[in-house]
Amino acid sequence: MQTSRISRLAITLALLLFGQASWSATVLVAVAANFSKPMTEIAGEFEKATGHSAKLSFGSSGKFVSQLKSGGPFEVFLSADEKGPEKLEQAGLTVPTTRFVYALGKLVLWSTRIGYVDDQGKILETGNFKHLALANPKLAPYGIAAVDVLKKMKLFEKLQPLFVQGENIAQTYHFISTANAELGFVALSQVIEKGKITNGSGWIIPDNLYTPIRQTAVLMKKGAKNLGAAALIDYLKSKPALAIIKTYGYDLAK
Amino acid sequence: MLANADLDALFLTFKVASISTVLMLLLGTPLAWWLARTTCSWKSAINAIVALPLVLPPTVLGFYLLVLMGPSGLIGELTTWIGVDTLPFTFPGIVLASVLYSMPFVVQPLQTAFASIGEQPLEAAATLRAGPLDTFFSVVVPLAKPGFLTAIILGFTHTVGEFGVVLMIGGNIPDKTRVVSMQIYNHVEALEYNEAHWLAGCLLLFSFTVLLLLYTVSKTQPNVQQLK
Repeated sequence: MQTSRISRLAITLALLLFGQASWSATVLVAVAANFSKPMTEIAGEFEKATGHSAKLSFGSSGKFVSQLKSGGPFEVFLSADEKGPEKLEQAGLTVPTTRFVYALGKLVLWSTRIGYVDDQGKILETGNFKHLALANPKLAPYGIAAVDVLKKMKLFEKLQPLFVQGENIAQTYHFISTANAELGFVALSQVIEKGKITNGSGWIIPDNLYTPIRQTAVLMKKGAKNLGAAALIDYLKSKPALAIIKTYGYDLAK
Repeated sequence: MLANADLDALFLTFKVASISTVLMLLLGTPLAWWLARTTCSWKSAINAIVALPLVLPPTVLGFYLLVLMGPSGLIGELTTWIGVDTLPFTFPGIVLASVLYSMPFVVQPLQTAFASIGEQPLEAAATLRAGPLDTFFSVVVPLAKPGFLTAIILGFTHTVGEFGVVLMIGGNIPDKTRVVSMQIYNHVEALEYNEAHWLAGCLLLFSFTVLLLLYTVSKTQPNVQQLK
């Protein structure tokens, strides 16, 4: 009687302590800075739905690629572009056939001043601003897209002296939100709330002015044995996740 | 090899460091003198404020500066009021940040040097009817020479090595705020390891040479360790 109660207690304790680990895992995820808001939301839903938990690190895609190449610990990588994950795949660091486009990024020209940015981007030609913020095009896909836009509008040479570059799109956002730069190119997801730009003024840039930002996710070999990592990749393709991605202004890949 | 952009970054870095060091000496010398001599009850507080950058992460300083120097910050409103541009993303902004950030490396060696002079030489100078300024330049400065040397070298090299603050308020602008530590970071992040190696190697060689000279030239060993 006594021993059976003790052994039952021991089994319960063991289940509580160790059992948990066998079906709920922690996933280390590297997330491109533009996707930080939606991913935080998705991670919350993911935890509720699967019991796994996702630990998120935010930064520039370029930085993550260089870290992952040098043995970075991340198990899932949500890049802001297609190239980064492709490079990692060529280096044999990813699990084959797990790469997919999870969202199409939207670029916006944004300012904290109300009525400052018009819906044609004429301000870029006529504006008397001192600083134009963008993400460093060497490191961040949204920076490349911003350069695309300026080149298409034939304003690149003229505006280049006014560039201030954030190391990633989050820092670029801070340069503008503290009004140190009058305006700049950020991700729509950073300034959108319930489908609208609620703060300041912005111009959602037409798709034909920049090469599509094909934000690509991939499962790293480091996460191949982690059930949670595979589950997260699946969850990113699920209806609840796609709905969240859409509310932040992204298009979905066809 | 070093590209033009790398050379520009090196040149800019030495420019920032030189100007900052001169400013730090101008501001730091009277401050260190006062701190070494005063019995004022504020002394501890001022000492603590000067030493803050030693313990604060550069990101804290960078964050505050970005907010304070912005159009709606205190410093920003002041600069707008005088009629100059706001300071983030500008050369003067980087210099101001460097002065704040490297100040303890100038003030502390000077303060130690001044304190170790003691009362006697000053009293002797006074009996010979030397005025305060005369005493300072003919007695204190020569006696505190090792302190000045340490202050200059540490102030300069620490500014050369500054990274976090510039990353936060610089905006990576060529010839204005893209200092060499930023350029190395850019190279590494863009996987341009070759370029990063060249630049990093230059900096390593420079820092080693400066410290080697310092230890060789000065007979009294500067108290580099004492600071950390």
